[in-house]
Amino acid sequence: MLIEIRKKPFNAYQEIQAYLENLDLAGQYGATASFVGSMRDFNEDKKVTYMTLEHYPGMTEKHLETIAKEAIEKWQLLDVLILHRVGKVKISEDIVLVATWSAHRKEAFESCRMIMEQLKSGAPFWKKEETNSGSQWVEKNTPGY
Amino acid sequence: MQVSVKYFASLRELMGEASSVIEIEEGTPISQLWQLIIENKNIEFENVMMAVNMEYVKSEHQLKSGDEVAFFPPVTGG
Repeated sequence: MLIEIRKKPFNAYQEIQAYLENLDLAGQYGATASFVGSMRDFNEDKKVTYMTLEHYPGMTEKHLETIAKEAIEKWQLLDVLILHRVGKVKISEDIVLVATWSAHRKEAFESCRMIMEQLKSGAPFWKKEETNSGSQWVEKNTPGY
Repeated sequence: MQVSVKYFASLRELMGEASSVIEIEEGTPISQLWQLIIENKNIEFENVMMAVNMEYVKSEHQLKSGDEVAFFPPVTGG
């Protein structure tokens, strides 16, 4: 299991590959599910130029670890990877990566979804968008279901 | 007793500070501390989320000496 808050840009797909290369799971996993959230250039009807992401150091990591551990236990996962950006995020950069590994697809799919939804609803991160009409805090996330 | 209080995101901006140390009585519910803060600052803030020692708590949670209390708006990560 790896949970990291990153201040610098990352490529989610390269991160999955690099993480897999360091795992000793060959032959054990039959399913990899991943979700990647990236930076758009719009929100509702506004043009967004960049975003600043803030978190609560300590609590954010602790909260994500709890979510991941619960998922590992519930779905008997082989591994979980969660990366999340903070600081200034530019258009098209990756913001979040959740990847899960299991023997079969059901567990990988369901756990990846659950981790992502719990991250959205509970992990202490806040987005401030820079738009064509000034900066504004994002007040709520869009529903995932 | 004293507790340290942290504020994040839009609430931090509204408060004009990221943290403060506040003197309250042992066992004070966190909701009472929140009322004290918004009354002292004369601010309005809806849908506040509350945490103690980096875990979410309910509004009736009673505070102890040295607790790290945090107030923040609904989270918007991911």
